[in-house]
Amino acid sequence: MTRKKITAALVGNPNSGKTTIFNNVTGGRQHVGNYPGVTVEKKEGYKNLGDKEFAIIDLPGTYSLTAYSQEEVVTRNFIVNDKPDVVIDILDASNLERNLYLTVQLLELEHPLLLALNMVDVAEDLGVKINDSKLSQCLNGTPVVRTIGVRNEGTDAMLLAAAEASGNKQSNGFKLDYGNDVEEAIKKLEPLLITLHNEIKFPVRWLALKLLENDANIKKSLIKLSSSDSVVNECDKIRIDLSHKLGEDVELFVAGQRYQFVGKVYQQIADVRDAHAITTSDKIDKVLTNRLFGLPIFFGLMWVVFNLVFTIGDIPSGWIEDAFGKLGELIGSVMSDGPLKSLVVDGIIGGVGGVLTFVPGIILLFLAISILEDTGYMARAAFIMDRMMRKFGLHGKSFIPLLLGFGCSVPAIMGSRMLENPRDRMITILVSPLMSCSAKLPVYTVLIAAFFDPSVAGNVLFSIYILGIVLLMIMASIYRKTLFKGESEPFVMELPPYRIPTIKSIVLHMWERSSLYLKKAGTIILAASILMWFLTNYPSEVEYSKDYDALTVQAEETYTQQVREDVLAPLNIEDVEQNEQLTALVSEIQDVNTEFDEATAELEEDSAEYAELDAAKTEKLQLIETENPELYASAAKYVELTSGLEEEKTHLENEKTGEKLERSYSGQLGKFVEPAIRPLGFDWRVGVSLVAGVTAKEVVLSTMGTIYSLGETDENSKSLKHALAQDPNLNPLVAYSLMVFVLIYSPCLAALAVMKRETNSWKWPAFSLLYGTALAWVVTFIVYQGGKLLGFGS
Amino acid sequence: MSKVLSELLPGEKGTVKKVTGNSMIKRRIIDMGVVAGAVIEVQKYAPLGDPMEVKVKGFNLSLRKKEAEMIEMETA
Repeated sequence: MTRKKITAALVGNPNSGKTTIFNNVTGGRQHVGNYPGVTVEKKEGYKNLGDKEFAIIDLPGTYSLTAYSQEEVVTRNFIVNDKPDVVIDILDASNLERNLYLTVQLLELEHPLLLALNMVDVAEDLGVKINDSKLSQCLNGTPVVRTIGVRNEGTDAMLLAAAEASGNKQSNGFKLDYGNDVEEAIKKLEPLLITLHNEIKFPVRWLALKLLENDANIKKSLIKLSSSDSVVNECDKIRIDLSHKLGEDVELFVAGQRYQFVGKVYQQIADVRDAHAITTSDKIDKVLTNRLFGLPIFFGLMWVVFNLVFTIGDIPSGWIEDAFGKLGELIGSVMSDGPLKSLVVDGIIGGVGGVLTFVPGIILLFLAISILEDTGYMARAAFIMDRMMRKFGLHGKSFIPLLLGFGCSVPAIMGSRMLENPRDRMITILVSPLMSCSAKLPVYTVLIAAFFDPSVAGNVLFSIYILGIVLLMIMASIYRKTLFKGESEPFVMELPPYRIPTIKSIVLHMWERSSLYLKKAGTIILAASILMWFLTNYPSEVEYSKDYDALTVQAEETYTQQVREDVLAPLNIEDVEQNEQLTALVSEIQDVNTEFDEATAELEEDSAEYAELDAAKTEKLQLIETENPELYASAAKYVELTSGLEEEKTHLENEKTGEKLERSYSGQLGKFVEPAIRPLGFDWRVGVSLVAGVTAKEVVLSTMGTIYSLGETDENSKSLKHALAQDPNLNPLVAYSLMVFVLIYSPCLAALAVMKRETNSWKWPAFSLLYGTALAWVVTFIVYQGGKLLGFGS
Repeated sequence: MSKVLSELLPGEKGTVKKVTGNSMIKRRIIDMGVVAGAVIEVQKYAPLGDPMEVKVKGFNLSLRKKEAEMIEMETA
């Protein structure tokens, strides 16, 4: 059976329940994209009903159809250019008067329209009864249906009514009378515009009205048309004449007239029992935005969100990391050594794992944001924080993404989409990497532990965090005054009533965002991880300064010889295993040593605990010795030689890896940038680490570990700490400078990828990389050179 | 008595006489239903003293004091 296809566009005020209806009707059958050239999201869904197939477009929520916001322009252009078969205007019945203001403007577009009175239950609870047929009558017979979106009631009937309305190709002739002066001006304009009408598609009367309102967008598209010059000039003349007659801007007069009309309609159709009732929502609001408790409650909620995303999110992230580590080992054990194995294990599996570890946090972030938004608290958060954030050119809502920046820039940048104004969004995106994210923390802690006395460690760390926040404020103000200057976004914002969100809408919202992250950012992160793998592993054939393989063979030979001379010969045996008692003793001693090594792995050698364990170990060994006086010396010697060989081999292996990195492309890059970072006190080794650190900030640490020939290192590593402390090139001042640089310089790859996704262009991530690194250089230069002048750093 | 909206205290109400000022913010304010004749009641000020929350045409609207200064009110 072929179904009749009908496209329906959903239009309505923000918070009218439009998206809930869209989600409930289309279920999972949705497609999310972007409108060309703007960051406004385009959502399309499908639904089959009887013999009809509906393609439903969820247009952005708007209050009006002016040219002041992207959303409004997208909405009206879509209706006129894409010509959906029918437009469904979702009205919040509990807030009908303001909702009808948009309806009037939709009617003026002369397109088949259906009104869906949504949330009639809420309205009735508030004591508001709406007379549907009267409403339809007041608006020239525009059909009206009732829906309760949250319970998915009336939505099938809505679609059927929409299908019926789509047949009315003729306009229903609705015309709002704007008074003699305006009507006269419209009459004068219409004949001029009729010739252009074919090219512009908008209805002539609407076009005339918009020109009288001095609509920038319409004027621009008119000027593009040939033979329009005289028309535009004539229009301007008529508009100016008219505004003199009216004594105010035409657009404001027209808006006033619309509201007057809407007010009259509302009085006829609504039966309001108690206009001044204090709603439950008002009561909740009295507590949540209370002068005294408002701020503490806000910070408490932010604490909960932060912990949800990072503390709880870290648990499954850890599982994913472990699972990918195991997978890497498993595949590594099946594949034979070589570049392919390295690519699969280190490049691909490492990269995919890296992408997926972000997923739990991101899902939880969007869960939190969905709940905050759907309950109506988000608007209050902006209300509470606006005054503080405005001081440095940000919006009240910017606070939440910035706070998330303490955990990770990826959710911070993704979270900034809650800001509707593109300027506020861009500033927030650009400054959020200045927060000290959790990946930078291990770099700080190791450097601080290596170079600073424990008594000042806390202050040093705190100063870095504060530096980030101060820079963020300065940069935000600078951006507001330079790149994103212009009229500041007004804070004229609806505070929607508190509502209990539906699980379905929260889950859908969460899923939609998270899958977008996986699809868009994920692929970029993966590609970049493979690139970094290549840079740190190639060229594969390098000329080493020493022949490591020969050195290893030599070490093994020396070992075999010493074992024979010192252990086997005196006992007259060929192999240790020939003497069962000796074998048992060796493994006994090795067990004691292993146990000690494991227990002390994270302890300082001069700590009391270490001394205690050391004493215990000696005691155990002495006990073994007294029990086996004749064989103990041989066994101990054998253990010593064996572990000596292991150490030697590991050392050679690490030295080789370090040298390989030094000669790899990233090592060459490190040397290449050395002259540029010399004035900051950094040598090429820091350079390599910083270059590698662009993949993820914590990589700075592991790369240093490789360069200092230490093998695998992490933030608990005391060996790296010691190696750093012994490096003559490093001192507390350089260490501090390095922390400053790591704080500020280029956001990591994942953040850059998400930036690309959120801004829809490579321009901004490129800018962020360059400005971040330049800013880092300048600030670090001041810190390092200033510190040297003050006599630190020797 | 004639006042601007930002001078009103929580609980006070009045009728909008006129919206002054520049056209972008003014347009936003008017689109939200703050037109001559509309009744506005101040609900509260944010914990830090700004912005403010008002009730107009049955819904709650927040705006900064600077924006509220553009709204001329007639109070009882």
